[in-house]
Amino acid sequence: MRLSAEEKAMLRGDRGRAVQEALQLQLEVGKFFGAKRFVQVSNVHMMGDIEVMGDAGKSFLERAAQSGAKCAKPTTTNARCVDFAHVERLKQDKNEVRKEQELIACLRRMDVITADTCINYQTIYQPHLGEHVAWGDTGTVIYANSVYGARSNFEAGPAALAAGLTGRVAEYGFHLDEHRRGTFQVNLKADLDDLADWGAVGRIVGASHQDYFAVPVFTGMKRSPTADELKQLGAALASYGSMGMFHMVGVTPEAPTLKAAFGGRKPKEVMTVSNRDLEKVYASYDTQGNPLNLVVFSGPQQSLLEMKQLAALLNGRKVAKGSQLFITTSNGVKSAAKELGYLKAIEDSGAVVLEGVCFYILQNLPQMRVREGWSNLVTNSAKLANIIGAHKFNTILRRTAECVDIACSGRDVR
Amino acid sequence: MKTAKPIRLKRAFGPVVEGEALVSTEGFSPRYDLDRWSGLISRPGHALEGHNIKDKILITPSAKGGIAAGWAFYDIRAKGIAPRAFVFGVTNPVMVQGAVFAGITITEGWSASPYDMIRTGDMVRVDPAKKTLTLISRHKARGKGK
Repeated sequence: MRLSAEEKAMLRGDRGRAVQEALQLQLEVGKFFGAKRFVQVSNVHMMGDIEVMGDAGKSFLERAAQSGAKCAKPTTTNARCVDFAHVERLKQDKNEVRKEQELIACLRRMDVITADTCINYQTIYQPHLGEHVAWGDTGTVIYANSVYGARSNFEAGPAALAAGLTGRVAEYGFHLDEHRRGTFQVNLKADLDDLADWGAVGRIVGASHQDYFAVPVFTGMKRSPTADELKQLGAALASYGSMGMFHMVGVTPEAPTLKAAFGGRKPKEVMTVSNRDLEKVYASYDTQGNPLNLVVFSGPQQSLLEMKQLAALLNGRKVAKGSQLFITTSNGVKSAAKELGYLKAIEDSGAVVLEGVCFYILQNLPQMRVREGWSNLVTNSAKLANIIGAHKFNTILRRTAECVDIACSGRDVR
Repeated sequence: MKTAKPIRLKRAFGPVVEGEALVSTEGFSPRYDLDRWSGLISRPGHALEGHNIKDKILITPSAKGGIAAGWAFYDIRAKGIAPRAFVFGVTNPVMVQGAVFAGITITEGWSASPYDMIRTGDMVRVDPAKKTLTLISRHKARGKGK
């Protein structure tokens, strides 16, 4: 790779050992992917909580913080695994909770903005067309690439931290035009009236094309989708398909036309998604004879508009006896929802609103599942329905209003 | 025995390693398929369910899962349950960033299907500098009579 004078100085250790090691890591990754140079990034978003990092990751971070290393570019954190206001209720491990607090203190010493949100693209930073950023979790990356036309690869926790310290990333993958062109076309014939429908499309398209460099181009939309719908679609494509980018003709900035979306190439395949396909997705889930006593709106965190919708759906109703309803959002959104009265309507139903976390990485979740007698998890998030299976939940994807009905009745309306 | 012709790898990082192959027909995620305390593939129904990845050369067609894999490799390396190498058909940047950070050999792409040549238990060598995957010896139990 060609290195600038500044990068050579970093490699020599002129800006300290943490920066030196960060650039070495980035250099090796860049060499692996055949990158020719580094590009500067304007914004970094990193995943770093005790559940994913473990003790080894925490020690690494503490060493870096002790050395005085600071982020060179604005760096925010993704959802964490503890909401400190709910530790007792969720019976989380006090030792791990303490480690999470130490981790947050450590990140702040490095000038990391511990925003603890996976919807930074809705609440904190909206990059512009062509802007290079270094983001992780996958849902944030696919949104940045697709909806804003910004440029990011999936940046794992240590890689994002490295980008924060050096202010750059190796130029490969979605930083390059050649990987941003569409590879196959998806004609949307389904009505897509609910957030869950968009996630279901992500499941259908992602699961059948698992490839980081597969870029679907959506056509045939009956109307212009909302930001929350694109969020659900992107999160599901990334989760089921490991995808980092999509185009939507007439909607996303690099797809003014079908031709532009494919960059002059022909689609390798054209598939359609119909109402029938969506119904097949919903029909693929079953309760396995176990109670429907857990409903979760999370993964990604809820936006203010989603909180408003949930408040309207839950207003004056109660979560069924023996059932639990969890909603996760960011600190900022929760504060606004409180001011606007949405939070009261939600909490009066018996629902629990957690801030700064994502449900699937909650500390102690496997133990919580057993203790609470949860087997099924009902959600309107196709992403959550996919990833939480690792914790041995049986998941059931349902439309938003159906999820609320299940929470309040304990019964599936289907 | 006469060694078979090495498989050429497209991209590679890390030191030369030798070890027992653990061959999967299914993709791998260190977050969703693996018990990160024992090294056992724990997800019910995974093609390698019940196998331990510790010190193995893990040969798998694809990368699954999200960003969290980056810390997970470092975590399992520190716990002493990491494989010696990841040999992917196709991978994503998270796996590469995670493996480089943890100092674990990782490769992507192969010139011929390893499934025809290498089976679980065979001894293999991964040479990132030469970009080769080589069968060293057959698993003893299976090699008998051949």
